[in-house]
Amino acid sequence: MNERVAIIGIGYTQLRPLSPDVSFREMIYEAAVKAYNDAGIEPKDVDTFVAISEDYNEGTAIFDEYVPDQIGAVLKPVHTITQDAITAISACVMQIKTGIFNIAVLEGHSKASNILYPSHIEAFALDPISIRPLGFNPLFLAGLEMQRFLLERGCNEYHCALVVSKNKKNAMKNPIAAYPGEISISDVLSSNPVSFPLKELDISKRADGAFVIILARESIAKKLSDKPVYIEGIGWCQETPNIEKRDLVNALYLTYAANMAYSQAGIRNPLKEIDFAEIDDTFSYKELQHIEALGISRSGESGNMLEEGYFDFDGELPVNVSGGSLGCGNLYDANGLRGICEAVLQLREEAGERQIPACEIGLVASWKGLPSASGGVLILSNRE
Amino acid sequence: MHFPQKVAVIGAGMTKFMRRAKETGKELAFLAAKMALLDAGLEIDDIDAVVCVSAPDAFDGVHMKGEYLSDGAGAFCKPYMRSYVGGGSGVFAIINGWYHIASGYFKTCLVVAEEKMSSSMPHPQGIFNAIYDQFLERPLGVNLLWIFSLEMNRYMSVHKIPLETIALVAVKNKKNGLDHPCAQEGIPGNYTVEEIVNSEIMCWPVTRLMVSPVTDGAAAIVLASEDFVKKRYKDPVWIEGVGWHLDTSYWTNRDLYYPRYVEYAARMAYDMAGIKDPRKEIHVVEPYDPFAYKELHHLEGLLLADKGEAPKLLEKGFWDRDTLNGIPSSPSGGLLGVGNPIAAAGLMKVIEIYWQLKGMAGKRQVKKEVKRGLAQAWGDLMQVGTVVILGK
Repeated sequence: MNERVAIIGIGYTQLRPLSPDVSFREMIYEAAVKAYNDAGIEPKDVDTFVAISEDYNEGTAIFDEYVPDQIGAVLKPVHTITQDAITAISACVMQIKTGIFNIAVLEGHSKASNILYPSHIEAFALDPISIRPLGFNPLFLAGLEMQRFLLERGCNEYHCALVVSKNKKNAMKNPIAAYPGEISISDVLSSNPVSFPLKELDISKRADGAFVIILARESIAKKLSDKPVYIEGIGWCQETPNIEKRDLVNALYLTYAANMAYSQAGIRNPLKEIDFAEIDDTFSYKELQHIEALGISRSGESGNMLEEGYFDFDGELPVNVSGGSLGCGNLYDANGLRGICEAVLQLREEAGERQIPACEIGLVASWKGLPSASGGVLILSNRE
Repeated sequence: MHFPQKVAVIGAGMTKFMRRAKETGKELAFLAAKMALLDAGLEIDDIDAVVCVSAPDAFDGVHMKGEYLSDGAGAFCKPYMRSYVGGGSGVFAIINGWYHIASGYFKTCLVVAEEKMSSSMPHPQGIFNAIYDQFLERPLGVNLLWIFSLEMNRYMSVHKIPLETIALVAVKNKKNGLDHPCAQEGIPGNYTVEEIVNSEIMCWPVTRLMVSPVTDGAAAIVLASEDFVKKRYKDPVWIEGVGWHLDTSYWTNRDLYYPRYVEYAARMAYDMAGIKDPRKEIHVVEPYDPFAYKELHHLEGLLLADKGEAPKLLEKGFWDRDTLNGIPSSPSGGLLGVGNPIAAAGLMKVIEIYWQLKGMAGKRQVKKEVKRGLAQAWGDLMQVGTVVILGK
């Protein structure tokens, strides 16, 4: 099938550090109702559903069981993808591209406030034989990677602090953000050390929220939506799960994923051709590392370009105008969905105060989170 | 209906099924993937994308299990996806691989299913408590045997089926399993109905020999697009139809005597394959049989027998391996005869259909001439049906 796939509806909830008043089902229901209203369809019109979840984060084995009711997917084709959001959206895109399905729905959420000791959960993702017995907190890995990256690429802690300050400031204009703030560079640099050189404010704090995205093939999207946002390129990749074999400098997974997505979208020079980007910033240094992996800057130049304002709201290529994970909160696997929703709002010119003028092409890059090495890249546009 | 790009199965491999494998999950995945690649005559560099499935993370005690298994499955620096529908994952794996290729994005896809249940101590049934609703059901201390005994009892009561008839499924499958080279030690065998019925009661009416065992193992297949296959392979096996449906999480609100989710999934697959009368057009079937009654339950859901008729046909030998008038069901021995490493067991069923269609099933080859076969798996809280139809 040669038709493109378009996003025709999005729905999301407010992102909050705690959400004791609602269950995950109620959160997802809210997002789903908003998405169906946005797209002007009903659940019965949908052909296939995909959900994102990780059992350990949910505290339930086989979490797939608890997906269908709140998104209107009972007795419908539904399955779960236990990867980051962009790998999951590619499952929707591929299903539509087979030509058998017209409309697909993607659901992802975070109920991170239910997790008592998040690093205990993350430690379960380390190799049970060779790494886990060493008994370290996985944040140690982030510190190790940050140190290596800064050393090799000529960036420093100041640049990382700049990322935090930029993203938290951007989040001030995002009504759904959980952790906006005016934070100075020195606030970040003087925050408590966690795992040298990683500091407390370099780490995005966890938040709860749910997202639902509705996709359709081009011909259907044009009938249903005034402002469909098209998927021009999509890529996803898995690097090695063995932390001892990673080089800790390059985010190879994003480089491979970006090559796949760029070749589909026909992008040669991402810095020039892309109008804005939502890039994973679970840790401050990750934003810089990912910018280099995506080929937006040459290696070793991301820090300087950030300092020169290339990635500011009014810069050459605004990065994380939504506030990113540092400003909006870390939503685990749903981080990428927040990025996609932001990109859709921007491309529909519905982003309010933080609207980037005359934008046509946006990039979303996701990472599965600590201690993984997999991610995806999505290129969206509003061009007919 | 629009017909997508055709997808072929060009290779399959599986490890021996074991109670306690010394290999790690990664190694099991590697062994199966390597065998599938050898069977297809390909190298890992010829593979464009990798799909991996495995049931709950809690079995291995590994968070992000997809990530953990990725290098064993051969996914280093490749597009990699782990899909998940609980116990139905095994058959869903091939569906996931199917849409990778049918979408036109990839030419080849390696599909790996792995399960290592022995890591959970003392017994994986403990993990199954964590699949229930956190507030309403989990505090009751229930496990899977309990929910199955409810369903089995309901199925038997509605259709007035004697326990002895259901035991015949175990007799048939455990006998078929004797010819499977990968069968778990001590699981297949020549049993009588009395031995099955009189074995230890796990949770009435389920007895020990009506339950599939705890198993470690892996299975893998290689899928390819029509263009890729045309140049290299003679008479490959094609994927003709796929279907999957998920029912409500509130299993207490359903009548358990009939698996309507399997029926919906089957109808989706039959529509795609253009099958009007499945009883004539399906020549061999591998329904999911983690418990003896489940095979009959699923055969009815697959519309291969009327409601309540599957046990009667069983008594007449309609589902036997060497039947000429019936439809051979679980010629591999199924989960009761070969073993049940959850996700890998589903893919084992798909592989059996592939071998039957290729005429490579050895002693297990059915007597009937087969041109089209169906594999089905079931999972979650009696909730999901996954179906694939393969044909020559």
